[in-house]
Amino acid sequence: MTARLEPVTGRYAHIEIGGRPQRLYFEEAGQGIPLLCLHTAGSDGRQYRAVLNDPAITRHYRVIAFDMPWHGKSSPPAGWEKEEYRLTTESYIDQIMTVARELGLVRPVVMGCSIGGRIVLHLALAHARELRALVGLQSAAYVERYYDAAWLNHAEVHGGQVCGAIAYGLMSPLSPAADRWETVWHYMQGGPGIFTGDLHFYQGVGDVRDRIGAIDTSLCPLYMLTGEYDYSASPKDTEMAAARIRGAKVTIMKGLGHFPMSEHPEAFLGYLRPVLDEIRATTT
Amino acid sequence: MIERIPELVNADPAIVRWGRDMNETFMIEVGDTQYLLTVRGGRVESVEKGPFVMRPWRFAIRAKRECWERFWQKVPAPGWSDLFGLLRRGDVVFEGDQRVLMAYLLYLKLVLAAPRRLS
Repeated sequence: MTARLEPVTGRYAHIEIGGRPQRLYFEEAGQGIPLLCLHTAGSDGRQYRAVLNDPAITRHYRVIAFDMPWHGKSSPPAGWEKEEYRLTTESYIDQIMTVARELGLVRPVVMGCSIGGRIVLHLALAHARELRALVGLQSAAYVERYYDAAWLNHAEVHGGQVCGAIAYGLMSPLSPAADRWETVWHYMQGGPGIFTGDLHFYQGVGDVRDRIGAIDTSLCPLYMLTGEYDYSASPKDTEMAAARIRGAKVTIMKGLGHFPMSEHPEAFLGYLRPVLDEIRATTT
Repeated sequence: MIERIPELVNADPAIVRWGRDMNETFMIEVGDTQYLLTVRGGRVESVEKGPFVMRPWRFAIRAKRECWERFWQKVPAPGWSDLFGLLRRGDVVFEGDQRVLMAYLLYLKLVLAAPRRLS
């Protein structure tokens, strides 16, 4: 065999989430502290391909990236054709904690981007004692609606193309073209209405502005890393949230946009490795 | 800048392909100056400068001149790299048929960013 194989393994797990059987796809690499990675709205776990392939991280961490139900290679549950997909705060928290438990992850570090960066704030409120640390990428307490997400799921608009167009603009013009367009491709592959359904949480019910002051980082450290080119969860949005969370550690990532781990993996790893080193050195 | 869009776009098949089903006339407003761009099969057939009298258009994208100038920098500053970044702050307004605008959003983003190559 001459093909270069990555040290990443992809598997399917049968897990019941919210009372419904799911065939869930996840990828993993490495050994050690579990690091559960949450992808952005309307995309999938491929966004974390560089983290999964980074020996400096996988030497100490068991990196796991799962595709949320309805996303990537995780099929929607039986009966999906009869319902509108809608992510809520409760269903999102439940799926993350269920996946962690069912995969046997003990006190994982949870890292999420965008909707994942939002849900880590909710996890900090609801499950701090069960988690070793939280890393929010493009993390903001709320983003108001500034366009109508109904157009992302409309019979007379190509969903793949318009979702790709939204993702394209959220990235930094300085990120490498190949990685930016791969990130667009993930968006173009999303199922109909899935990006919109995730934004129901992000631009609606996932608002956590009223409660973030209650986050206790002495129970679970919180790191917030935000790319400077993101206008959705902008550095200002992250800093506004962090200002109300005692002990939150903020890093503004130069030259990166809304999908740091996927649009410019090398630059992102330069910011992530020291955070993971610090978590390993300072938490148990 | 905007008058150069046809030559920039039409010479770039990587942009033209995203608009191959588009046959529309739309307005770009740069401050007080109006332009009508006509697209046929992804090629920008014409850029006409106003003022116009009773000319129809499918949708309009309006922003102040200084906003377009910042948008057209070779490497725009954070917050100025994408139309939706301007939209979030209210620095650009979309009018008319939003469905067509959204259907060709990727193409339009590439077309409207093309003048950056001249910076």
